[in-house]
Amino acid sequence: MTTTETAPVIVPDFGDEAEDRKIAFICSKGNLDMAYPALIMANGAVTEGVETHIFFTFWGMDMINKGTQDNLQFTMLGNTAMHMPNSEKHIPQGLGGLPGMTGYATKMLKEQIGGLGVPEVPEFLHELHEMGVQLWACKMSVDMMDLEEDDLMDEVEAIINVNDFIELSDGAQIIFV
Amino acid sequence: MTVTAIAGKEIHVDDEGFLTEYDEWDEELGAELAKNIGIDELTDDHLNVITFLRDDYADQGETATLRRVQTVGGIPTKELFVLFPKKPAKKMAYVSGLPKPVGCI
Repeated sequence: MTTTETAPVIVPDFGDEAEDRKIAFICSKGNLDMAYPALIMANGAVTEGVETHIFFTFWGMDMINKGTQDNLQFTMLGNTAMHMPNSEKHIPQGLGGLPGMTGYATKMLKEQIGGLGVPEVPEFLHELHEMGVQLWACKMSVDMMDLEEDDLMDEVEAIINVNDFIELSDGAQIIFV
Repeated sequence: MTVTAIAGKEIHVDDEGFLTEYDEWDEELGAELAKNIGIDELTDDHLNVITFLRDDYADQGETATLRRVQTVGGIPTKELFVLFPKKPAKKMAYVSGLPKPVGCI
């Protein structure tokens, strides 16, 4: 005679009882390929129920500046890892300096990322804000770049100084990009 | 793979408790799975998400991400956070009897 053993019910641990976790990203670059990593990780963090903040400073301001955020670019120059998709052959650095190459590289990167269903940077930031990610602008960068609050996308919570950021990121894991 | 019983039915689950057999799910079981993770009642809004996820899985062979539920299913991500609090992607997959989504976005 055989018997069938039925195991007790297993319920996934979604960490609802776990201690609150917090992550703060610092975005300091305005290149298209440097904008995406933090946004993708922030998306992962907030959908895991983690309190998520992004602090924009220096060239990272271009990501939240309404005048620049639609035109972030990707250049081959200075990127020695540059090669065509599905090829291990590196592209000579000099080619990146030819007229139109930055525009071409930007278009290609946008197509590749877009093909994976990832939104463009302004829409991505809007989505993250909707999910509860808090976006903060660096006071010194705003002053240095002669910007006003109106120049920044509405989703930005506030312009804060570095002391404010250190305070609000208390207990957070900090990731500098 | 483990066999367990929920709502009077024997079901196959993985190590974490996610169903591994698409056809073993029905709405009654979904309601029990939801209760297991603190969602007391499956409303029409929950069922709307679940129906999209299950149909899309049948079609695509993988669980839709939050982004796909929004862009293809037309259900805003913000709403998914209300229906399946804190970890919507994993929770909606669990209640729908599907594996966790593998995509990053």
